[in-house]
Amino acid sequence: MTIYIKELKQGVKALLIWTASIAFMMLVCILMFPEMKGEMDNVSEMFANMGGFSAAFGMDKLSFGDLMGFYGIECGNILGLGGGFFAALTAISVLAKEEKDHTAEFLFTHPVSRFSVITQKLLSVMTQIIVLNIAVVAVSLISAAAIGEEFQIKEFALLHIAYLIMQIEIACICFGISAFIRRGSIGIGLGLALALYFINIVCNISDQADFLRYITPYAYSEASDIISEAKLEAGLIAIGICISLAGIITAYIRYAKKDIAS
Amino acid sequence: MNIIETHKLTKYYGKSRGIIELDLSVSKGEFFGFIGTNGAGKSTTIRSLLGLIFPTSGEAKIFGKDINRYKTEILSEIGYMPSEANFYSGMKVKDIISLSAKMHKKNCSDEAKKLCERLALDTEKRIEELSLGNRKKVSIVCALQHDPDLCILDEPTSGLDPLMQREFFDILTERNKSGATIFLSSHVLSEIQKNCSRAAIIKGGRLIAVDSVENLSKTNAKRVTFHGITSVPEELFAKSAQINGDSVTFLYNGGIKELLGIANSLPIYDMTITEPDLEEIFIHYYEKGNEEK
Repeated sequence: MTIYIKELKQGVKALLIWTASIAFMMLVCILMFPEMKGEMDNVSEMFANMGGFSAAFGMDKLSFGDLMGFYGIECGNILGLGGGFFAALTAISVLAKEEKDHTAEFLFTHPVSRFSVITQKLLSVMTQIIVLNIAVVAVSLISAAAIGEEFQIKEFALLHIAYLIMQIEIACICFGISAFIRRGSIGIGLGLALALYFINIVCNISDQADFLRYITPYAYSEASDIISEAKLEAGLIAIGICISLAGIITAYIRYAKKDIAS
Repeated sequence: MNIIETHKLTKYYGKSRGIIELDLSVSKGEFFGFIGTNGAGKSTTIRSLLGLIFPTSGEAKIFGKDINRYKTEILSEIGYMPSEANFYSGMKVKDIISLSAKMHKKNCSDEAKKLCERLALDTEKRIEELSLGNRKKVSIVCALQHDPDLCILDEPTSGLDPLMQREFFDILTERNKSGATIFLSSHVLSEIQKNCSRAAIIKGGRLIAVDSVENLSKTNAKRVTFHGITSVPEELFAKSAQINGDSVTFLYNGGIKELLGIANSLPIYDMTITEPDLEEIFIHYYEKGNEEK
């Protein structure tokens, strides 16, 4: 547990900043909703006529006029991107940073097995992602109450479960990569999260790119699908979980036999 | 019982050489010196012993147990001081020391306090504020606070001032007397000569000499300079003689009385006898190796 706590302490600043930024943007969006609601009839019509652009962000299936639709599009993008980035950054550096900062020699010459180090580090990443999501959900619920609106609870819950799984999948992929690299971690992490995000946008625009839905976790956390159908795509999530497990197992296998650089 | 034992331990990093077929044994209670230039394979040996890197072939045992199979068990009785002391930035010295103790699952705050006092280490400072010497001190405390049976120290004195070096070796000697085995890697010969009972010399990834420090010193050549003559008498069997103005410098590898006897009969007005530097020791050992072949 010592390393788990050390990781949380080291990460607390970044976690606070990311959580506060994401929650603040969600808060601002939700507080803007009552004002926009009145003008939404025209706007929704306009979005509906924008074709590909609307489809890219799922605005063809959702209405800006009700809170759930508005939340799915606006806040979905904020948490989808922000949470995805946070997950990627935290996970990609969690193993690599020991060698990058030359602290690996200190850590691994203590009587702690590599297995235990990897496990504690993985748990710390998961904890941080869960804390961020709980805080964001809490802020959303409070903000909604503040403007006198209510979410559709089932859709709201499903949406956030999907986002959590999506962030965990990104984290697991990055965790696997982290076991291989020694430096340059941040670029790879951000690039990966961004690429997965844009793959989903491509899927939304073009039917021919539908097969890409099986690759990116943003496909099963697409707010427009979840809110309009009120269910999650179990098949895609199952694939996501398999990819996550592959990332974790890769990290264990690679790191157990890795020559630690000084 | 041998505390450290390696058998044909070999490590290649890709194609580049780390160490080749190293057979090393250190017995309990020894103060063992490990001498070599940069890149000779000192750190590779140590990092293999600690399980940080995995050998290409051969095996290494500590406390009679295979390192990679019983790693955590072995590491709990080892105190290690890396040649470069780096810690988590943002943490205070006391946090690092207590983190190290927690990972050892031991409460050693009393011992840590004593060590910090002896080394004059301010535990309230942040890691990023520390000079190299002070980071070394943190490293010493982390390596010794849990009272390990084996101390592995990789170039421990670099960055420490002479007073601290003395204090550090006092501490090590105390630990050694109370039963701990010390494995000290260094390229400072005097340090090894003063403190170690036995030593090994490594060059090019291979051990080229292992002996008691006394014997190594005996066979060690001296660097002698005669002022006033420009050629060395043949009966001194001088090596790598160099003429410099009106003086001649050479490596001498024999008894000191004979040297003085011969010097007495020479028209010299001054002479110096110094320890050869490490490079010359290597030259000495290499020449010896070649002659035997």
